[in-house]
Amino acid sequence: MSDTAMTDTVIQLNHVQLEYGKFRALNDISLLVPEGEVLGLLGHNGAGKTTTIKLLLGLLESSAGSVSVFGGDPLDREHAGKIRNNIGYLPENLSFYPQLTGLETLSYFADLKGANKKEKDSLLEEVGLAHAAHRKLKTYSKGMRQRLGLAQALLNQPGLLILDEPTVGLDPVATQDLYLTIDKLKQQGATVILCSHVLSGIEEHIDRAVILAKGCVLADGSLERLRAQTQLPMQIRVKGRIEENGWLKDISDSEIDLQRINGSQYLFTCPISEKVSLLKNIMAEDSVNDLEIHAPSLEAIYQFYNRHASALEKE
Amino acid sequence: MNKILIVAKKEFRDGLRNRWVAGISIVLALFAMGISYFGTAASGSVGFASLSTTVVSLSSLAIFLIPLIALILAYDSIVGEDEQGTLILLLTYPLQRSQLMAGKFIGHAGIMALATLIGFGSAGLLIAIFSPHASFEELLTSYSVFILSSILLGWVFVAMAYLISVSSNEKSRATGVALMVWFVFVFVFDLLLLGILVTSGGGVGENLFAYLLLLNPTDIFRLINLSSFEATQVQSGIASIAEEGLIQPVVLFVSLLAWLLLLYLLAVWRFNKRI
Repeated sequence: MSDTAMTDTVIQLNHVQLEYGKFRALNDISLLVPEGEVLGLLGHNGAGKTTTIKLLLGLLESSAGSVSVFGGDPLDREHAGKIRNNIGYLPENLSFYPQLTGLETLSYFADLKGANKKEKDSLLEEVGLAHAAHRKLKTYSKGMRQRLGLAQALLNQPGLLILDEPTVGLDPVATQDLYLTIDKLKQQGATVILCSHVLSGIEEHIDRAVILAKGCVLADGSLERLRAQTQLPMQIRVKGRIEENGWLKDISDSEIDLQRINGSQYLFTCPISEKVSLLKNIMAEDSVNDLEIHAPSLEAIYQFYNRHASALEKE
Repeated sequence: MNKILIVAKKEFRDGLRNRWVAGISIVLALFAMGISYFGTAASGSVGFASLSTTVVSLSSLAIFLIPLIALILAYDSIVGEDEQGTLILLLTYPLQRSQLMAGKFIGHAGIMALATLIGFGSAGLLIAIFSPHASFEELLTSYSVFILSSILLGWVFVAMAYLISVSSNEKSRATGVALMVWFVFVFVFDLLLLGILVTSGGGVGENLFAYLLLLNPTDIFRLINLSSFEATQVQSGIASIAEEGLIQPVVLFVSLLAWLLLLYLLAVWRFNKRI
């Protein structure tokens, strides 16, 4: 990693606004991303994710507010020249050059980035394309092209990795490999922006989620914080028998909801604040064989904020 | 390696790999030899004509072919990269837009130059060998001027293709505009000039008319190649301007270079404005 990464804050957006003609694509966006964080930038199509990314890459100019990446304006030619070697980017819908082989494609981008030759082979190995290195890209599946895209984004071990919809077209195994790569990069100290509208699976790999809608930040925080903010209930599934005449008979008076399944399973839905006391009661039962705890998923949090925003808009 | 050269090398290799160079060379060589051999068929005999005669006929054909080939070669150079998602990627690399454009131009210019040289050059060589009327001296002088101006004309239309490419949001649109531009410069412009000349009843002087021709690079190319030969057999309006030497050949070459520079700089300027 180059010395441009030697700063605590990698990305800073201050009250950024951006218009395409009369359409306001970003509205008062503020965002601070410290070094080493994996940030999930989430939102529907058209929420402003790609526009935000283009601002960070110096491809667009904001109409108001300020943008800083590695301590400088990405539009500043001199600064951009310094930081571009330290940014890896995987754009959405990347199809590359059909007439080139995987290795030739990676070589072209490696040469442009001044990466060394050994890195190309190891990256192809890392993304699982070593066997197809000499095949033309027109024979690659969408998932293979996506993996090649990831390989080029990893050239030069970037300090900031920006991945726009990286799991589109990937099979479950390749998706999992991608997340493992992100985990590895995080361990190496890289900052990662993971932009996605596919939410399942990413929650274990991000430190923080920023939810965008119609160019505005709807929510920003760690999953724990967002769960606390939303007050979404959690679910506890219990297998075994619970004494009906004990604490269970008073449950209808509480905020806890109970569903009985097949007479030997119970599904409790409770606010996070009731979690500990409920668990204590369950664990005190002798005939409980197993239990599963499901905290509100990222998908549920995401839907909560979007519903909330739609309701506010209707008012 | 220099960033411009990396891009140029890729574009040039693409041209070789896609058989652009081979394809263009074969087409140009076949047309050149065909025109030379069958050019005198109207007089009742066939056989290789002299290089001077060949060039006069060939330049009329090159006016159609070279711009069309150059436009097809380069019309999607930017918009095509945009559609396949590589443009946005390249723009995030440590590579300036002007470097990307320069690299592409060097690559495409190399393809045009090599193909023209091989195509017309090999045909010229064969004609010089087999035609009793042709000489190697012509090959080194007038025919070389023809090849050089053909290459330059190709480069002008490569730059024109870039301007179209950076100004288009879709490849299909760029295709349409490229064909329209070709049609305007190759057909419409001369018709318009002729129309002006006729309707003005000679009001447009010969000098002004000659300079109006500089507004079309294909006409400049025609003037260069007609004025290069003493024995011009085609007596068209343009040929008479060429014969009378109203515009010096060096001015004609400079005009073609000016066209190239203007279109290229416009393309770079538009590229820098493109989101």
